[in-house]
Amino acid sequence: MPRPANVDETLEALSRQDYLASRQLATAVFLALNLGRPLLLEGEAGTGKTELAKVLARALDTPLIRLQCYEGLDIASAAYEWNVARQMLEIRIAEAGHEASREKLVAGLYAREMLIARPLLQALTQDKPPVLLIDELDRADEPFEAFLLEVLAESQLSVPELGTIRAEHPPIVVLTSNRTREIHDALKRRCLYAWVDYPDAARELEIIHRKAPGAGERLAAQVVAFVQRARRLDLFKAPGVAETIDWANALLALDALSLDPQSVSDTLGVLLKYQDDIAQFEGGATKAILDELHAEGILERHP
Amino acid sequence: MSGRVADNIVHFARVLRAAGLPVGSDRILAGIRAVELVGLDRRDDVHAALSAVMLGRHEQQPVFDAAFAAFWRDPKLLERLMYLLLPKIAGRPGPVQPPQRPRRVEEALSPPATTPPPESPPHEEDKQTIDALVSFSERERLQRADFESMSAREFAIARRLAETVPLPVRPLRTRRLAASPRGRIDVRRALRRLARTPDTIDLPRSAPRLRAPPLVILIDISGSMDRYARAFLHYAYGLTQHHHRVHTMVFGTRLTDITRCLRHRDPDVAIERADELVQDWRGGTRIASNLAEFNRRWARRMLTGNAALLLVTDGLDRDEHGSLAVEAARLARFAHELVWLNPLLRYEGFTPRAAGVRALLPHVDRMLPMHNLASLADLAQALREPPQRPDAGARRTERTT
Repeated sequence: MPRPANVDETLEALSRQDYLASRQLATAVFLALNLGRPLLLEGEAGTGKTELAKVLARALDTPLIRLQCYEGLDIASAAYEWNVARQMLEIRIAEAGHEASREKLVAGLYAREMLIARPLLQALTQDKPPVLLIDELDRADEPFEAFLLEVLAESQLSVPELGTIRAEHPPIVVLTSNRTREIHDALKRRCLYAWVDYPDAARELEIIHRKAPGAGERLAAQVVAFVQRARRLDLFKAPGVAETIDWANALLALDALSLDPQSVSDTLGVLLKYQDDIAQFEGGATKAILDELHAEGILERHP
Repeated sequence: MSGRVADNIVHFARVLRAAGLPVGSDRILAGIRAVELVGLDRRDDVHAALSAVMLGRHEQQPVFDAAFAAFWRDPKLLERLMYLLLPKIAGRPGPVQPPQRPRRVEEALSPPATTPPPESPPHEEDKQTIDALVSFSERERLQRADFESMSAREFAIARRLAETVPLPVRPLRTRRLAASPRGRIDVRRALRRLARTPDTIDLPRSAPRLRAPPLVILIDISGSMDRYARAFLHYAYGLTQHHHRVHTMVFGTRLTDITRCLRHRDPDVAIERADELVQDWRGGTRIASNLAEFNRRWARRMLTGNAALLLVTDGLDRDEHGSLAVEAARLARFAHELVWLNPLLRYEGFTPRAAGVRALLPHVDRMLPMHNLASLADLAQALREPPQRPDAGARRTERTT
C-alpha cells in the first residue's frame, strides 16, 4: 500500500487494521512517514504503543523488525555480531590447506558474510522500508541510546572492521517508552513525539466492538463505562485498553450478559494487576461503580 | 509554504522557548515542514503536527496548549502576555534572587576552609581527603559531637565532609561487560588480536561492569528528627551534586520532593529553597501515610533500575491498624535495597520498643546508626558490604510468601 497522503488517509489506513487512533496520534504517524523521522511514543502501559507499530507494518504491507530492549542490551545482540565460530573454522581450514596469504585470510575473516545481522542491521538492509520497532527503550541502559543516534538520524551503521553500512531504504522507526526513566534529549530531538493516552469512552467502545465482537452492545457499553470510571480512582496501575479488551473477552468466556458484582469479582484479575488495587475494588469500589452505572441507566438493577 | 506561515512558526517557537521548552532551530525547520504537510485546513491538525515536532515530554503539553491557543488568536497579544506570565506558565520560580544567607555572613567572618573540596575523590582516599578538609583536632571533636549539638558553621563542615564521602550504596553488577584482568575470556576480542598479531596468543578477559545504583532518600523531618534531618539534608545535597540519579524527598505531615532544590549549585541557596518549599518542618509525623503516598505515586517511577532507598527516620510513630507494616513491606518490594538510618541507634541498649520501629524493622535490609559525622562516614563503608543482620535472610524469604 502506498503511504497515506494526508491525516485522514492515515486515520483510515490504521482503522482498516482495527486500530483506532486519536487524530493527534494519526497526525504524528503521518508526519513520521513523510518527514522520515523516528516516532517516539510514550504513555502508560497497555495504551497501544507497541500495537501501533505492528499495525503500521500491516497497513503498509512491509516487514516488522522488532528490537525488545532490556538492561545489558549491547551491540552484539542489537546490531550485529561477528560469526566467531565460522571465523575459527576459516582459520582451521586455512591452516589445513597451508593457505599462504595471511592478508587474504584476514580479509576473509572480516568480510560482510561473516556478519550476523541483528535487528538494527536487518532493518537497514531490507528490500523495502520496513517498520523498525524499538520497544521499551527505557529498559535499555543509557549508553545504548547514544549508539542509536547514528542509526536513527542517518539510517546507517558503522562497523569498525568493515566500514559504514548505509540503508538504501531507510526504515520507519517507532520507539516506545513506559517512562520508567527519562529518554535523553539528544535522542528526543531527533524524534517526533507523541503521548498515547487512554481513549475516551466513545473510542474505547468502538475498540471493544472491533476487538471483542462477541460482546453485545449492552455488555460492551457497561464494560467501557466501568473501566472509564475505574481509571479515575487512585490506583497503582489503571487498566489500559489492552486490559479492557481482555476483560470483555473474559466476561464473554464466562457467558456473562451483563455486569453484576459476582462476574466483576470473578474477573477482576484480568482488569487489575496489583493486589492492593484488587483489594480496593473488593472492598467497595466495585459496588460504588456499579451503583453509579445503575443510577445512570447504563446497567439495569438486579433483583 | 508562504513566508508568512513560516514566520509565524518561527515566532511561535520563540514564544515556546521563552516559556522554557527546548525548541531549537532544527525543531523549527521540522515544524515548518510538518505544517506544510498537514496543511492549514484544520486547526487541530496544525496543533497536533506542531506538538509532535516541538514537544519532548508529556508534561510540556499544557504549556504548549496554552501558548498555541493564545497564539492562534493574536500572536502579538501572546507575546506581551507571555512576558507577564512567564514565571507562572513555565512553572519556574521568579527572577533568581539569592535568599538571605546569614550563614554566609557568619562564614565570611570565620577563617576560610583550608582547601576546597575535590570534585570526586577516589574511594581509597576518603580518609586523606577528610584530613585535608578539616584539621585533625576539629575533626575529632566534630565526629564525636552529636548532630543535635552542632552549630551552623559546623553544619557547613559537615556538608563538605559529606560531599566527599562516596555514594553510600553497594555498586550493582550490570549485564554489560567491560575489559578486566580477571573474568571470562573474551573470544571476540581475542580473535581480533589474533588477526592483528597472528604469532602471539593473548587472551583478553572481561567481567561485568559495575555501576552505582540510583538512590532515593526519604527524610523524616518531624520535630524529633529536626537536627538529624538538617544534617542529613546537607549530606543529601553533596550526593545530589556528585551523582546523577539521586532523588530526595522529605516528609513530616506530607511528602515533598526537594530533588530540584538540591540540584542548585550553591549549597546555601539549595538548602534555603528546600526550606521554603517544605511547609512542615518540625511538625508531627505520619510515617505510614507518607510511605503509602510514596508507594502509590513515586515508587514505581523512582525505584527503577535496582534503586536503593535510604529511609532516614527515628520510627517514632504509632502503627495504627498495622498500616505502617503493610506500607513498609510494599516499599521493600519496590526497592532493591532498603536501608534504614536511625539516629536513636546511638543509645546503647536501644531496643525496638516503639510500635513504629517494630513495624518497620522486619522489612528493612539493614538499620544503621546516623547521629554524628563518624557514623555518616562509616555509612559508605558499611553499605558496600553485604547485609550483616542475621535475620536479613529471613526477610528475603518473607518477601516471597
